[in-house]
Amino acid sequence: MTSATTAGRRRWAPYLLLAPMVVWLLAFFLSPLVTLVMGSLQSGSFQEGFVFTFEVANYVHVVTTYWPWFLRSVAFAAIATVCALLIAYPLAYMIVFKSGRWKYLLLVLVVAPLFASFLVRTLAWTTILADQGVVVGALRTVGLLGPDQWLLATPVSVIAGLTYNFLPFMALPIFVSLDRIDRRLIEAAGDLYASGFRAFRRVTLPLSLPGIAAGTLLVFIPAAGDFVNAQLLGSVDTQMIGNVIDSQYLRALDYPTASAISVTLIVLIIGLVALSLRRARTDELF
Amino acid sequence: MDASNARTARPLHYSAARERAAAFFGRHAIRVIGALAVVYLLLPIAVVVLMSLNDPAGRYNFTFNAFTLDNWANMCGPYGLCESVLLSLQIALAAAAAATVIGVLAAYALTRFDFAGRATANVLVLLPMTMPEVVLGASLLTLYVNAGIPLGPVAILLAHIMFCISFVIIVVKARLAMLDSRLLEAATDLYANPWRAFRRVTLPLAAPGILAGAVLAFALSFDDFIITNFNSGSAMTFPMYVWGAAKRGVPPQVNVVATLIFLVVMSLAVTMSIVTTVRARRAR
Repeated sequence: MTSATTAGRRRWAPYLLLAPMVVWLLAFFLSPLVTLVMGSLQSGSFQEGFVFTFEVANYVHVVTTYWPWFLRSVAFAAIATVCALLIAYPLAYMIVFKSGRWKYLLLVLVVAPLFASFLVRTLAWTTILADQGVVVGALRTVGLLGPDQWLLATPVSVIAGLTYNFLPFMALPIFVSLDRIDRRLIEAAGDLYASGFRAFRRVTLPLSLPGIAAGTLLVFIPAAGDFVNAQLLGSVDTQMIGNVIDSQYLRALDYPTASAISVTLIVLIIGLVALSLRRARTDELF
Repeated sequence: MDASNARTARPLHYSAARERAAAFFGRHAIRVIGALAVVYLLLPIAVVVLMSLNDPAGRYNFTFNAFTLDNWANMCGPYGLCESVLLSLQIALAAAAAATVIGVLAAYALTRFDFAGRATANVLVLLPMTMPEVVLGASLLTLYVNAGIPLGPVAILLAHIMFCISFVIIVVKARLAMLDSRLLEAATDLYANPWRAFRRVTLPLAAPGILAGAVLAFALSFDDFIITNFNSGSAMTFPMYVWGAAKRGVPPQVNVVATLIFLVVMSLAVTMSIVTTVRARRAR
């Protein structure tokens, strides 16, 4: 073998190794997105077939009809993201700084819910939040819930379900970013007479921002598109845009409308994510 | 040990009470909050296990009625349940195998080579993870309908391989990035060709990462509902079974299956974490 052919092989090797991945994602990720966008501009019916007519009116219809569902999805997802952050940050902090040799075991416990079936663990919340259950009983005793109030089939249970289901995706990136922090930086802050809280606010927190940003994306995006929690824990009044996409595709068989909703959802999510990342001024961290 | 020791020497004007309160919060509150969070994460799992031992009073397995082992003894009782588990296992095994092969090759290229287009490839890998699953599933449905690919097990498998690839690549890449590149150089110096160096050095060292990626892909595929929902046609995977049953009352055997899967994957994960802990301690 001459060195010329080795160098040639070396040059082509990465492309050959990448080829299966690229081909697969082109075929089953990018090209479906193209058919989705094309489909959103079609008109017709399922029975008579859909034709491409550059039907921009689909989008007008979608936005004017379904804006409450979009709004509710964004609101639920945003609240769930904040709740997840408030729970996951102390949790990740404890695991990194306070758990000693239990670190990896605790980490496994954090991802444990992902190993219990998504639908089954969501259904478990119907037992926990049931009207005769312990949680509702306790809240009624304390007076936070009236005797004729309940949790299931309310926005509270849907948001609780979203928070619960996507919590590990918030905790893991925060764990990673906290774990990477050089402990000497925090010690240095202490040596320079920073109180524990001040050291946290000026050193630990800023250094964990990339984890918070990643966690926010990993929770907000799936939560905004979710329809399982709204279906299993909610009611007709708590339906999210995912429920509409599901029913338009699989029951109404109105593909153009359903596709236009999906495309609008992608655009909305990308817009919100770009906006919030810029607002949080975390872009220089990536 | 932690920052609290460094805090003993401190200017006099510093309020001692505030100091003590802060120290207490630093020492205990975070543990209490963390422990509560762990309870929050594990509570539903405990409920799933508990309800697998329930003899429900009616059609709905929502409140605990009476203890029984019948559901465990008679796991395949409900019509179609075990068939759905079997189909999910088959799809998950095939998806994990294919995604692992495709993912390991790509991860190797992305960590060990410098080439034009590497940044683009890295972005491409992350893109599917930035899309809500409902959009991935819906767009695949439009593709299948347009291309005349019938909905069913094959359509599900193609979709699952797609979303598993990204996860495998991320996990394996993290592992490959940790490897000491001098080991590979040593192999090359000792006249190993690239393939031999890959097979004898990289592959064994990256094995834990590859295994973790494969297990993750398996778990993701087995548990996927949202994408499968759009591509399944009449095929019934385990999550599709649960979804259908949720409308008329989920049989307690579903909790048995969920408990079993949880125990299997969990013991795998705990074993891996123990190995990691032991290795980390040894390395120290």
